[in-house]
Amino acid sequence: MKTTTLEGAVALIPNGASLMIGGFMAVGTPERLVDELIRQGKRDLTVIANDTAMPGRGIGKLIGAKLVRKVIASHIGLNPETQKKMLAGEIEVELVPQGTLIERIRAAGYGLGGILTPTGVGTVVEEGKRKLEVDGRAYLLEKPLAADFALVEAFLADYLGNLTYALTARNFNPVIAMAAKTVIVDAEHVVPVGMIPPDHVMTPAPLVDYLVAAA
Amino acid sequence: MDAQTVIAKRIALELRDGMLVNLGIGIPTLVANFVPPGVHIFFQSENGLIGTGPIPEEAMAQPRLTDAGGKPVSAIPGACTFDSAMSFGLIRGGHVDMTVLGGLQVDERGQLANWMIPGKMVPGMGGAMDLVTGAKRVVVAMQHTAKGKPKIIKGCTLPLTSVRAIDLVVTELAVISFEGGRPTLVETAPGVSVQQVLAATEANLLVPPQVPQMQI
Repeated sequence: MKTTTLEGAVALIPNGASLMIGGFMAVGTPERLVDELIRQGKRDLTVIANDTAMPGRGIGKLIGAKLVRKVIASHIGLNPETQKKMLAGEIEVELVPQGTLIERIRAAGYGLGGILTPTGVGTVVEEGKRKLEVDGRAYLLEKPLAADFALVEAFLADYLGNLTYALTARNFNPVIAMAAKTVIVDAEHVVPVGMIPPDHVMTPAPLVDYLVAAA
Repeated sequence: MDAQTVIAKRIALELRDGMLVNLGIGIPTLVANFVPPGVHIFFQSENGLIGTGPIPEEAMAQPRLTDAGGKPVSAIPGACTFDSAMSFGLIRGGHVDMTVLGGLQVDERGQLANWMIPGKMVPGMGGAMDLVTGAKRVVVAMQHTAKGKPKIIKGCTLPLTSVRAIDLVVTELAVISFEGGRPTLVETAPGVSVQQVLAATEANLLVPPQVPQMQI
């Protein structure tokens, strides 16, 4: 793990990169990293996240700044801008059931070739997918989903990069921290090693590549 | 009593002590206001919380303690938090005893459409498909009709949420059960006749000789 400035962390990200971004309606989204992506004008991004928040918050800011080419998410209903841009053909949107989305990300991070889920069987979600029967029940084969970068918001990070999350800000964060080539973390508090008891570590330090220094 | 209150109060009677329950947005959220006395419910919020409590006063809101719409909530003593993989493991894995969801259409087979109107409303399915597929019991809370048109119909014309049949629909007019495999009118709302329900329903309902009134 390396510590880096906010500017330096975002400078690692090229135009056209795929980003997994933590957060559920912007709760648990690393806002500082989002703001810096906009400041540096990174474009043609593919964003993989639960949702696109609302205009002016979290991923909603990236949508508003026209930096996103493609979204893979479970819900865009609270961001009318995403819906408008999707219907106008300005952004490609792949909608994935939430439980399937997180499992596809988990599969990538855990080295699995995909997951079998009953969710979506018999609906539009099954189009183009393999359907398998296991012990008499139908499942869809959903493929792993990885990304170039994971932008993670933690509550505590120690000097080694061990992480914990707070309350409902955990959501996708620990899962995306397993599924991207480069993991960049913004933490609310950076604390000495030992402050997070081993049993409370939710993301082990070796998974973290860059920790953004406190402002 | 307005339509939403009738629906929420009636669904609250389905709650049993110790259940793990997930409420969707809209009318379903109101069910939490009518939990019968002496009944303890574990309410799950799919963004990663069991033990969702009332909406806090503004000054007490904690920005990292929110519901599935991103709005501040409180957590009751004994609450716990987890990531989205566990949250949907709870849902898909059959650990959620009951979910209450809104609906656009329900058909004779008990199939639900509640997540999109092609070309008009494309919000994404969020957690709805997983909830209907995995929860032990699925209860739909919705108005009986939309702009005068029945929502309980012969076959769904909107994209399905799941092929799994729901268990119960509660509207401001009636309670309709699918537990016997066919839609059965099990209760009417106070002051509503069986004829009124049938007139507002396109699906063929099984009507027992005696249809009791909702006890709300």
